[in-house]
Amino acid sequence: MVNQFFSYIFQGTSVTVAVTLVALPLGLILGLLLALLYNYGGFWVSRLAAAYSLIMRGVPPIALLFILYFLLSGRLINLTPFWAGSISLGIISSAYQMEILRGALQAVGEGQMTAARAIGMSRLQAIRYIIIPQAIRLAIPPWSNEASIVLKDSSLVYAIGVPEILRRAQQLSATTQQPFLAFGAAALIYFVLVFLVNRGLDLLAEKTKLPTSMA
Amino acid sequence: MIDTPYILQAKNLTKIYGENVIFKDISLDVHKGETIVIIGPSGTGKSTLLRCLNLLTPVNSGQIFLEGEEITAHGVDHDQVRQKIGMVFQNFLLFNHLTALGNVMIGLTKVKKMPPEKAKQKALHELERVGLADRAHHYPAQLSGGQQQRVAIARALAMDPLVMLFDEPTSALDPELIGEVLGVMEQLAHEHMTMLVVTHEMGFAREVADRIIFMEKGSIVEQGSPEDLFERPQHARTREFLGKISELYGKKEKK
Ligand SMILES: Nc1ncnc2c1ncn2[C@@H]1O[C@H](COP(=O)(O)OP(=O)(O)OP(=O)(O)O)[C@@H](O)[C@H]1O
Ligand SMILES: [Mg+2]
Repeated sequence: MVNQFFSYIFQGTSVTVAVTLVALPLGLILGLLLALLYNYGGFWVSRLAAAYSLIMRGVPPIALLFILYFLLSGRLINLTPFWAGSISLGIISSAYQMEILRGALQAVGEGQMTAARAIGMSRLQAIRYIIIPQAIRLAIPPWSNEASIVLKDSSLVYAIGVPEILRRAQQLSATTQQPFLAFGAAALIYFVLVFLVNRGLDLLAEKTKLPTSMA
Repeated sequence: MIDTPYILQAKNLTKIYGENVIFKDISLDVHKGETIVIIGPSGTGKSTLLRCLNLLTPVNSGQIFLEGEEITAHGVDHDQVRQKIGMVFQNFLLFNHLTALGNVMIGLTKVKKMPPEKAKQKALHELERVGLADRAHHYPAQLSGGQQQRVAIARALAMDPLVMLFDEPTSALDPELIGEVLGVMEQLAHEHMTMLVVTHEMGFAREVADRIIFMEKGSIVEQGSPEDLFERPQHARTREFLGKISELYGKKEKK
């Protein structure tokens, strides 16, 4: 009985993982683009990127999710709840990822750009071959944090009817009258997922770490 | 290429930051193979002049010619120009995520589009030139300041520049590491690399320079051979500055 119970919730895991696997990379691509625009885009473009970030981060994700969901599954484009929800989460996350990446890009320092330009690289080449590889390394620890937030926030798509972990737990809790067991199981699965993601990114950070100064 | 005895020529350069006139009407002719040392007090505009010469910073007026062709003209590809003008910075500015070899190679593979194998050979050769072939796989953080600066020189040399600009290349180094960098630069001078060197190392200026330029408050006060400047300075300011600088740096050199 407990076994069946658990497996029903567990089936939601693939949906949770799928939502995250759409939202997180989408947020990364948008976030990197926004961070680059913010840092290198000139006055007005930079202001626009900053405004985007400010607004997106100033509204509760659930409210944004509903707004974006109704835009994305409305009359013009009609996406399934899964896609609309995942893309919405990606867009929300892009503002947070932008903040992480823009800090990392700035931390690389102006000197690296100067040195790259001095050997004849264009701005774009310098950004691509010199700045970004260093910024990404700096960004891994805060990004790991954002990855676990997105993973946990993927539960929000529950509100638009996507059958992920939390929604299944809710259904079971209602039918079996065992809320503690149902939500406990859901929490455990989230915990394991977050743990795995953070460990994986720790390993990546370790692997890409640059040697530090000689003692 | 236009026939000219000058590799680099600057005519009436003026640079203004906001309200500040950094330098005004500076003209400069650099002959092929010449080593020029630029000296002058802090804040005089030496670094800014070098940055203007390789177009890292735009001048407000004046012209710059590289092998007789105006590089300050409209429509000139700045990135192409910078490939031909090497620059070495006070604080090395090696690419931190790349090994010594990677630092020297990246301009070859990404800017010159050289095939990786060929770029590697050339990069190793350049590292050998600065005496660091055995450090090829070290990251900047694993190298001493002197070694980092030599890698930076190799990185610039790899692009086969027409002229090399050095902005106080030894100022950030511990005294015992200065010699190895100056040694590499001296060797370059002997190989007839054209060089423009901003430095406070009077020993180097005296021994290696073909010409010394004394700059102050944004203008060239005096220039001439090391003998002329050191033995027979024409301006009181030059004499004063040389006196002060040898007092400051002289002891270090003597030891
Ligand atoms: N990006 C900038 N914006 C505004 N002012 C600047 C900028 N860069 C340099 N300056 C000013 O230009 C003047 C000349 O600076 P520069 O660094 O060229 O002098 P320098 O001769 O190299 O001095 P030092 O020996 O200290 O290196 C200084 O007063 C400096 O404050
Ligand atoms: Mg300077």
